Amino acid sequence: MELVLSLAIGVLVASGVWLLLRPRTYQVIVGLALLAHGVNLFIFSMGRLRTGASPILSKEGAVAAGAYADPVPQALVLTAIVISFATTALFLVVLIAARGFTDTDHVDGKESD
Amino acid sequence: MVESNLLLILLILPFAGSVVAATSPANLRNAEVWLSAAVSAVGLGILAALRGHVTEGGVVEKTIRWMPSFGLDFALRVDGFAWIFLVLILGIGLLVVIYARYYLSARDPAPRFYASLLAFMGAMTGLVMSGNLILLLIFWELTSLVSFLLIGYWHQNAQGRDGARMSLIVTGAGGLCLLAGLLVIGHVVGSYDLDTVLASGDRLREDPLYLTALILVMLGAFTKSAQVPFHFWLPHAMAAPTPVSAYLHSATMVKAGVFLLLRFAPVLNGTEAWFWVVGGVGMTTLLLGAFFAFFQHDLKGLLAYSTISHLGLITALAGIGTPEALVAATFHIINHAVFKASLFMAAGIIDHETGTRDMRRLGGLRHAMPYTATLAIVASASMAGIPLLNGFLSKEMFFAETIEAHDNSAFDQAMPWIALVASALAVAYSLRFIVSVFFGPTTTDCPRKPHEPPHWMRFPIEILVAICLLVGILPGATIAPYLRTAVVALLGDATPDYSLALWHGVNAPFVMSVIALVAGCLIYALLARHVAAAPEGPPVIRRLEGQRIFERMLLALSWRWMRALHRLLGTERLQVQLRILVLMAAGAATATFLRDPPTWAPLSLANFDPLFALVWLVGAACAIGAAWQAKYHRFAALVMLGGAGTVTCVTFAWFSAPDLSVTQLLVEIVTTVLLLLGLRWLPKRNQAIRDDVEFRARARRFADLIVAVFCGAGIAMISYTVMSAPLDREIATYFLEHAYSLGGGTNVVNVILVDFRGFDTFGEITVLGIVGLTVFALLRRFRPARESDDIPEQQRIQRDYEVTAEHRRPGETLRDYMFVPSVIMRWMFPATIMIAAYLFLRGHDLPGGGFAAGVALAIGFLLQYLGADARWVEDRLRILPIRWIGFGLLIAAATGLGSWMFGFPFLTAHARYLEVPLVGKVPFATALIFDFGVFTLVVGATVLVLIAIAHQSLRSKRDRPPEEEPDPDLAGPEAEVEEEDGWRGGSA
Repeated sequence: MELVLSLAIGVLVASGVWLLLRPRTYQVIVGLALLAHGVNLFIFSMGRLRTGASPILSKEGAVAAGAYADPVPQALVLTAIVISFATTALFLVVLIAARGFTDTDHVDGKESD
Repeated sequence: MVESNLLLILLILPFAGSVVAATSPANLRNAEVWLSAAVSAVGLGILAALRGHVTEGGVVEKTIRWMPSFGLDFALRVDGFAWIFLVLILGIGLLVVIYARYYLSARDPAPRFYASLLAFMGAMTGLVMSGNLILLLIFWELTSLVSFLLIGYWHQNAQGRDGARMSLIVTGAGGLCLLAGLLVIGHVVGSYDLDTVLASGDRLREDPLYLTALILVMLGAFTKSAQVPFHFWLPHAMAAPTPVSAYLHSATMVKAGVFLLLRFAPVLNGTEAWFWVVGGVGMTTLLLGAFFAFFQHDLKGLLAYSTISHLGLITALAGIGTPEALVAATFHIINHAVFKASLFMAAGIIDHETGTRDMRRLGGLRHAMPYTATLAIVASASMAGIPLLNGFLSKEMFFAETIEAHDNSAFDQAMPWIALVASALAVAYSLRFIVSVFFGPTTTDCPRKPHEPPHWMRFPIEILVAICLLVGILPGATIAPYLRTAVVALLGDATPDYSLALWHGVNAPFVMSVIALVAGCLIYALLARHVAAAPEGPPVIRRLEGQRIFERMLLALSWRWMRALHRLLGTERLQVQLRILVLMAAGAATATFLRDPPTWAPLSLANFDPLFALVWLVGAACAIGAAWQAKYHRFAALVMLGGAGTVTCVTFAWFSAPDLSVTQLLVEIVTTVLLLLGLRWLPKRNQAIRDDVEFRARARRFADLIVAVFCGAGIAMISYTVMSAPLDREIATYFLEHAYSLGGGTNVVNVILVDFRGFDTFGEITVLGIVGLTVFALLRRFRPARESDDIPEQQRIQRDYEVTAEHRRPGETLRDYMFVPSVIMRWMFPATIMIAAYLFLRGHDLPGGGFAAGVALAIGFLLQYLGADARWVEDRLRILPIRWIGFGLLIAAATGLGSWMFGFPFLTAHARYLEVPLVGKVPFATALIFDFGVFTLVVGATVLVLIAIAHQSLRSKRDRPPEEEPDPDLAGPEAEVEEEDGWRGGSA
């Protein structure tokens, strides 16, 4: 499991980085979104992988903390998901605005020569 | 106690007056004058009350603890030395205020002038009253800043702006040096308290950092007091209104530098370095200033260089550094302030009443303005050092000091001669001032017909000249006790016996005075006509202007070198910047691992699940596919991006994170729709771009591929290593054990977000709100590209077909093809609201919560926009997303503030169960209200972004000139449908 997820994170990050370095704004946005997935999974995996141990407590009895997955990275990632959504939206709008303003979708606002 | 509070009032009064002056209406000119005069007069009254406390070394102090951990106290401290400065600042300030009333015209904005003047007065007051080095520096910089405003008061003319900027740059740069110097002193002494520093002279002088501190502090003092080679800003500051020059360059701004010199003289002097640096600069300035002054044609220019010269005299005395010299320096500060202020005012009157300041055009004014002439003559005589006037007394003391042997070096030997020459030049330029303006043939080509000014405009000069005379004739009865107060405060036990008598018999200084007088008259007689005929400035080195060098340097520093550096190192290209960023991040990580290698976990296929591997096989394929296709097949790339997102979502669900899974799924939907909406505005595919085929482009892509693979492999290794290592779950255990008992919720993730770490969440939703508003603002401002205006090709084909086909009417297909989905979407709306409410309410105990619910409701709105045209939706549904954002933030903040009312810190949550009739026990936590704020804000921000993008297609048509309107056949509502993004935008 760990190996598969690590490779998955690697692939997501590699694809994201590759796109981040491309010249078209749309590529950069897709790249950031992929990178965000990779980073979110990375942070999430810092709490280790547990199946069937959702941090939803039962209301009775003492809490056996070991029986649940680590909730802290999950809380962090929940925040990260929302923030990466916000940045994607912002970049999309910057893309649209820049495109209307410069008549090109090159990241520099002009075709490279 | 009372007197220490008086200090506070003394400091606050000018600043308060400044605020009042700045905010009062422009037509209350006289009220502003009264206000400013009252501020100065009250200040003088306070000083009179403090007088008894500062004689014979008394000190009045007021300390307010500010940042004690940094040794920074708000310490005010007035001793006799500061007291005499305060009298100068406020006294001459009062006279300047009166004078300015008549000098400024009704067109000059009075609030700005008096507000700046009062602020400057306050800054100077603070500077001399500071009992802490850092506080002193703050006021020091404040004087630089406010003097910038004052010198540039007439910002409509370029000279004013340049002069102001130059003085700010020079004195501001000096201020930075001073800051460094004071920090060094504070470091050596171990305290920033002025009293402590003044008592640590020996320790400072022995410290290896002494020279550093000395040079740095001196750079501050020299720039402020316009000492060579930093003197050039002062003549350019003459572009200021004359009241400003009279104030800044007689009693205040430039005196701040010598104040600092004298303040620190007892601590820093007594070394060879002090004598050579301070004495040398002072003597040079004295001589050069007097030399330049003689060759000026501008009245104020002459006075400016004369000021430089006199400041050089004071600096030289400080450099000599004996107690007697410091007495003379203090005395000359007072005298110079008095006669120079009156001379500036007189020059202002001449300028005001004749319209010119050029000495070559003026002449014979004694007939037109006899009173002013008399006053100016007396004041210039004081400047020249004629007996019976105050300037004479301190100049004699200066002569006496230069004659004394100090270290018998050549410089020491030359001192009396330099003093003699400078003094003769002072006589010469004073004569030139008087003779060329008031005597000789009566001027004929003045812009205005000269006449006496209003009496009250002359009044300040009368006062000042009276002081010149009184001090000059009866020093013992007038100035002596005050001077003694100042000197005792400065020197303490080292105070020498000195005599202020007018007549000491025929001694060396007197002989020097006589020689200087005669020589000055001779110089004037021989050279006057020649100087008047020559262009302005001293002969030979006329072209060597400090200003020109300064501007060259400024140009080189701020423009040429920076441009060169920018060309060398900078890039405007985002790709290069991002590449550097990525490489730096990768490099930093690699360096860490190389230096401190972790124990790599052995590869193992423990608990390998083929299904999970299969899921990620799809996920990885999607990610790589998206990366590959994003350039030309945007839609395909978007679908694959969605695929990668969905697999991520499945992963969260797989590994016990239902909250993340739900939120990720909802966010994925919104993101996809957003990007779909955005696709409409991107340019058409263009495979002719040269980039793709060139060798360089290929090479670059290959390099990027290596970087990307390296990053991916690196992060995969790191994650595998971490995931295989054991985990310390201390924090997790705390949250798990206390989520229910303290937070009242069983969904630990949600309890962490809205309760334990509520403040983080508060910050995060604020960011979200800001993003929403930014998007809104950006899209209001920008228009889509022109080429996106035309209807898409697919629609055009459809339209052409409908026009020709018999059984179809134009526009029919476009109207109807989304009919079924749009009805379904409309009916889904209530259901979506229910789902959102459900997600929200269960959030505290089960997966869900404010974020998920907010995004879900936003999807509800989104569906309406997808299913129908934006106009149609907005006619029926009024959404005010900005209010949602505002309310959300308000609710969240109010919940947080609510805990204050119960005496708990911000955002302390409270949880309990309420007994509701019929329903039974219902969980209730203040965190739920907070979460409601989160929910509201998320809805608002998300919908705002969607609407802003959706409205792009509305505005793109509306704001174009009419000839670019699309075919009227298609202009009906719902006539336009996007093939690609499935979104109907209406058009006008």
